[in-house]
Amino acid sequence: MKLTRKFLGATAVLALTTGAALADPALIYDMGGKFDRSFNEMAFTGATRWAEETGGEFRDIELQSEAQREQAIRRFAESGYNPVVMTGFSMATPLEVVAADYPDTTFVIIDGVVDLPNVRSVIFSEQEGSYLVGLLAGMATETDNVSFVGGMDVPLIRAFACGYAQGAVAANEEVNVIVNYTGTTPAAWNDPVRGSEITAAQISQGSDVVFAAAGGTGVGVLQRAVDDGILSIGVDSNQNYLHPGQVLTSMMKRVDNAVYSAFESGPGMETGLHVMDLAAGGVGWADDEHNAELISDEMRAAVSSAQEAIAAGELAVHDYRSDSSCPISVE
Amino acid sequence: MSSKRMPKWADVLLVPILSLIIAFALSALVILAIGEDPVRAMRLMITGALGSTYGWGYTLYFTTNFLLTGLGVSIAFQARLFNIGGEGQALIGGLGVALVCLFIPWPHWSLAIIAAIAASAIFGAVWAAIPAYLQAKRGSHIVITTIMFNFIAFSLMNYMLSHVLRPPTSMDPATARFDNVLRLPRLHDILAPMGIDFSRAGPANVMLFVALLACVLAYFLMWRTRLGFEIRAFGKSEPAAHYAGISGVKIIMVAMLISGALSGMMAVNSVMGGPQRLVMNAVEGAGFIGIAVALMGRSHPIGIIAPALLFGFLFQGGSELALETTIPREMIIIIQALVIMFTGALDNMVRTPLETLFALMRRRT
Repeated sequence: MKLTRKFLGATAVLALTTGAALADPALIYDMGGKFDRSFNEMAFTGATRWAEETGGEFRDIELQSEAQREQAIRRFAESGYNPVVMTGFSMATPLEVVAADYPDTTFVIIDGVVDLPNVRSVIFSEQEGSYLVGLLAGMATETDNVSFVGGMDVPLIRAFACGYAQGAVAANEEVNVIVNYTGTTPAAWNDPVRGSEITAAQISQGSDVVFAAAGGTGVGVLQRAVDDGILSIGVDSNQNYLHPGQVLTSMMKRVDNAVYSAFESGPGMETGLHVMDLAAGGVGWADDEHNAELISDEMRAAVSSAQEAIAAGELAVHDYRSDSSCPISVE
Repeated sequence: MSSKRMPKWADVLLVPILSLIIAFALSALVILAIGEDPVRAMRLMITGALGSTYGWGYTLYFTTNFLLTGLGVSIAFQARLFNIGGEGQALIGGLGVALVCLFIPWPHWSLAIIAAIAASAIFGAVWAAIPAYLQAKRGSHIVITTIMFNFIAFSLMNYMLSHVLRPPTSMDPATARFDNVLRLPRLHDILAPMGIDFSRAGPANVMLFVALLACVLAYFLMWRTRLGFEIRAFGKSEPAAHYAGISGVKIIMVAMLISGALSGMMAVNSVMGGPQRLVMNAVEGAGFIGIAVALMGRSHPIGIIAPALLFGFLFQGGSELALETTIPREMIIIIQALVIMFTGALDNMVRTPLETLFALMRRRT
């Protein structure tokens, strides 16, 4: 009993000290790490922008293993951080459990859907942005072979592949799309060596434009593309700057905006499902000084007309996730 | 184990404590080198792991994992079998737990836990049986084969989770959640009737008591039964054991089966007690930490309890450290590695000078 009284005393002290951090937002990165130059780093960018503009503070954590997800979410909710934002579809199942235990905390999940009153689920229309970069790839290829390196083989990544393939074929009917995935586990998000090997194999099959939708693995894909003198397409963040003049473009997924808006709105935010599509500026392609000379006027015109057509609803890009199939094989 | 040159208390307490102090001092230097405050880091680890019932809930949860894997390694050690395969045996044990929990509609958790313990023990034992057989009959070195079986277990679990057990609608390579009936009572549920308020969040559960009971039973097995005597005799001297009519093949098989079963049982805690579903990497390295726990506990079933708690503290305190400071997550692994190195591998660095010291003192008196 004496021991428990000590426990209780200590709990009270902890509650007092953590009280200071009350209502600061928190961010949890999925496997792949904070500085993957892609998906997670985009979330960090959004959070940093919010902190710089408002002078606020936020806490973040990188996961060490798959089994830690629930503990990380619980720890932030327990210490009074609000809202708690997390990236990655793998967070959905643990969040379902934790969110129910902390009804007064608002949670945001990016790339996943949790149907609870205190959760905002943000999903992106990746197929639309991928269609645009696919269009560019189809116009840029000289060998009529373009390729795709996916991270983990899941419906989300197949949606990238499917949108990309549709865009490439729309630009040039002759184009052959080579599709490979890095793996079937979350380790596939952070395996640049394997990414590089897959790219080399695709180059030997004739590919001269490669799109990496693979988180940290993409760094290896882009590097191999540069080494072998072919064009590459980055993902999530604007990765054009990594190899100026050699990255055709990047499929931007504005995770930063999702994080920024969640931090900005704070605990009282509107929850429920938020779809960030092309019309809402959730996805797009990167056009900056690093790739200016790679994009011809003709390409720019084609992509902006497609952009308008998609935003206006005149052009529908098939979403792999809607029926687990794609008009062009992405197995 | 106890040396004549040193009193027993020094052997059991002084050596590990001195080793720990050296390990922590070195860790402090590393933390200083990256520009963080080691005192603050230590304080954060202590409050994070032991400062609240929330922290205790996690610390004791990890302790349960390390108790069972540490016990598994200890039993094999007693027969001088270096079972590095605790990780793989626990992973496969997790498969047993998941199958029992997913496909049988249990009316109550108390029945399910018995079945889950049995299934995980059988799965873990089977996984240990193959390297054991190869060692006993073919002389293939147990260290090599158990390490290789870890990789096979990783790959098998990757396959099972991403292709077989994953629900069709889910993108995450993990099984569906088990029925809520199967939720194991946590310390919060157990202590509440006694009027003790324990955090709901911590996943420490009834498996803690099962693990402690396993330690006591293992003690009786090793020191109060003929089988335990045979295992220890075999470990001390194989030719002597053979001369006394003890079958080497039998001892290798039995010791490894018990070892694998105990490591496998750890999965009941980390699968059924924690996330209530089988996720990838559910063991989180507990199989390897079990080796350190066994080394520090001198392979004694009761002796491993304190090191298991220490590593539970390091594990939970380490994750708090990653959360509250800019100390990168890799640093926590360095601290754990230093503790393992000094308490396990570099044991003689502390022991030999101490023995000399005690010998000198004795000569003087």
